[in-house]
Amino acid sequence: MPTRLLRSPLSALRLWLLIALTLCAFAQAALAGSAEFEQGIELIKTNKYDQVEEGVTLVASSRDPRAVGLLAALQDSDLYLRKADGRLFIATRSDAGYDLIDPLTQAAAGVAGQRDLKRIRINNRLRSQLRTAVATLNLTHPDAVVRLTAVNEMLDRLDADSLALLRDLAGEEKNAQVREGMTAAIALADLEAEEPARRIEALDQLEGNLHPAVQGGIQRLLSQEQDAEVRAAAEHVLEAIQFKRDLYGFAETLFFGLSLGSVLVLAAIGLAITFGVMGVINMAHGELIMLGAYTAYIVQQLMPGHIGLALFLAIPAAFLVSGAVGILIERGVIRFLYGRPLETLLATFGISLILQQLVRTLISPQNVPVANPDWMSGSWQINSVLSLTMNRMYIIAFCLIVFTALYLVMRKTSLGLQVRAVSQNRAMARAMGVRSARVDALTFGLGSGIAGVAGVALSQLTNVGPNLGQAYIIDSFMVVVFGGVGNLWGTLVAGMSLGVVNKILEPWAGAVLAKILVLIFIILFIQKRPRGLFPQKGRAAEG
Amino acid sequence: MRLGTLHLDRGGQIFLLLLALTTLLVPVLNLAVPADSPLHVSTFTVTLLGKYLTYALLAIAVDLVWGYLGILSLGHGAFFALGGYAMGMYLMRQIGDRGVYGNPELPDFMVFLNWQELPWFWQGFDIFWFAALMVMLVPGVLAFVFGWLAFRSRVTGVYLSIITQALTYALMLAFFRNEMGFGGNNGLTDFKDLLGFDLQSDATRVGLFIASALAVVGGYLACRYIVTSKLGRVTVAIRDAESRTRFIGYRVERFKLWVFTFSAVLAGIAGALYVPQVGIINPGEFSPINSIEIVVWVAIGGRATLYGAVLGALLVNYGKTYLTGVMPDAWLFALGGLFVLVTLLLPQGIAGLLRRKEATA
Repeated sequence: MPTRLLRSPLSALRLWLLIALTLCAFAQAALAGSAEFEQGIELIKTNKYDQVEEGVTLVASSRDPRAVGLLAALQDSDLYLRKADGRLFIATRSDAGYDLIDPLTQAAAGVAGQRDLKRIRINNRLRSQLRTAVATLNLTHPDAVVRLTAVNEMLDRLDADSLALLRDLAGEEKNAQVREGMTAAIALADLEAEEPARRIEALDQLEGNLHPAVQGGIQRLLSQEQDAEVRAAAEHVLEAIQFKRDLYGFAETLFFGLSLGSVLVLAAIGLAITFGVMGVINMAHGELIMLGAYTAYIVQQLMPGHIGLALFLAIPAAFLVSGAVGILIERGVIRFLYGRPLETLLATFGISLILQQLVRTLISPQNVPVANPDWMSGSWQINSVLSLTMNRMYIIAFCLIVFTALYLVMRKTSLGLQVRAVSQNRAMARAMGVRSARVDALTFGLGSGIAGVAGVALSQLTNVGPNLGQAYIIDSFMVVVFGGVGNLWGTLVAGMSLGVVNKILEPWAGAVLAKILVLIFIILFIQKRPRGLFPQKGRAAEG
Repeated sequence: MRLGTLHLDRGGQIFLLLLALTTLLVPVLNLAVPADSPLHVSTFTVTLLGKYLTYALLAIAVDLVWGYLGILSLGHGAFFALGGYAMGMYLMRQIGDRGVYGNPELPDFMVFLNWQELPWFWQGFDIFWFAALMVMLVPGVLAFVFGWLAFRSRVTGVYLSIITQALTYALMLAFFRNEMGFGGNNGLTDFKDLLGFDLQSDATRVGLFIASALAVVGGYLACRYIVTSKLGRVTVAIRDAESRTRFIGYRVERFKLWVFTFSAVLAGIAGALYVPQVGIINPGEFSPINSIEIVVWVAIGGRATLYGAVLGALLVNYGKTYLTGVMPDAWLFALGGLFVLVTLLLPQGIAGLLRRKEATA
């Protein structure tokens, strides 16, 4: 045992007492626990160090669910007596004075001024007792997640008390992850052991552990280690850890890149239909995305309190809204301009201005708030380096779903067949009985509808405002042109790779410069391969 | 200059006549007529007219490549802005120690960013002729390099339009960065004087107006000279049938490249005249929407006429000034509606309408 870490025999004794009591408490009946808890509170109220110490012991051993909050408050000096009636409150500072919470009922108990309250004083001995008690309570908490958080927090600031506690609890821990954390903490302490063999053993146990404290601990060891063998082992372990960190760091970059790529693909895929398949330059594409985002907003406004459901309903609604506007644009303007791509570009740009101003006039020139459902927030913590945020995961999944759906429509339905026929050879398709005008309208509607669906997804990620579409129109065109016109796969690959490249460049170039570099890359790429990554083959490709 | 430059160009003759009249009248009405007279033209109006004229020059540049060469550039705003920045840098250096921080060497924003010395690309901009050279050289070289890459690999039509748009977009993002050394978000402003003339004085304003008018005349005649020359015949051939022209034996890329570069230089000059009149240049000038707006002036005025481009630029910008003043919300509706209506109903623009009338009369 590293004796250096234990400050006094007395503290060890107290610790054992505490642990013994705590562990006993497992078996105790709830009623007894709550009686102990209340008794402990009475003792704390005396505000005398010795009695408070006893009270803390009692509260800790009561295993009452309210105990952690109470002790943590005492530790942070947030526990007060109300002078008027001598009752105990957890008080947090607020604008009005102190907000009171009754530790017994956990209910808010109004506000008090500073003069009405008397703080429960603590000294260093109490402080260390409290730290152990809170840690013990957390480490023996029935919920594994709480235990894991407690262990990870302890890794950052190990001391003799908590270490002794960990040594004791590690053997009984059922959850593998928590046990791993505990052994890592013990091994970290063993790095300071006297015998080199134990230090090497500890290093072995720490191999592959990604917690920042572990890296710091080994680096500290290396800075003062004399033994060559231990040094070699430490360097090896440190290298392995660094490699693993880099690997996970890269995985995270990849993940960010894919999620950005998904956004790009979502924004561009509708354009891949209208521009790629039909050859129509639709500068109003971004505004169709914006309309989708606003549809999500309106559906949420219509169904207050059902954020998640509203989001799901917004998807078909946005498809219909944007699709209908798209068909209107096609029937009203674009069909008169087939074969004149530059004029189409201008006319649709005019439409985009009108749609933007329409939203400004009818709804608001400011951004509107679109709520995120609870399941969109939060993240999936894989280890201390890699955590995947939920909203990005959903975006990637959603992008793939939309892509698959669109791909199936284009490949497996008769509409898709007709669309492809018209895009390859309009005259021949007409001769075969395809009503090309109807196909044009439906294709345009489909592409626009997909843009609307993309808008719903974007409403969860960015600000929804009249300028939302403009931010995406150039990116969308880049993705489609880069991927190769008339090729859905090309759009997917192009969007994803541009997203990943962007995120890889970002750390050393900065977000804006990365974007500029990507743009320059595409400009140069188009010089080299004017028809994109996956050009359309055959005679139809020659314009 | 050959005699044929203005031959058979009724629209151009009328336009030059009107422009000459305005250029003669406006300074007189501003400087010689007392301010309380109904005939007095305020300095504000003079500056406004000067600004419109720089737009007109820009529109001529776009019409040259779009109307006669078939290149729809959605990035001409970038050349305009680069010319503007070159001029802005000269004007910044002219401020000297009269800035807020009083640093004789560094412009205010550099002092603010804690820069110690002038970046290399700011050297020489305190000399007017150098800045004037850069006004033409920077957009010209950019257009040359860009065009050399694009035309050589035969990027045409919509693809070209989109990458020109990407070009101006990339430049906009770049100029928004403080690290670039061009004032970032705020751009360059607070100019004091040009060649020693106070920019706020009426006489300088009138001078700039006249300079703009002369630039428009010069630009118009130069473009007119190009399009009526043999070179112009080739460019029109390229516009209408690029592959055939190539088969006949013309080096299509070279024609495109030189005309495109010339057009970019014109745009740069327009930008350089624009900046001292409005008193500011910022990265917003690079925004893709600005470049598209220029194309719309040309489309509304009428492509491939040159004077139509001037007409479009003046009319649309007057409409913009008027409408944003009277009912700000309506401007985008009006502009958007114009785009749609003109492309659908008036493919030849206003000039086309006039020409048709002339033909039937």
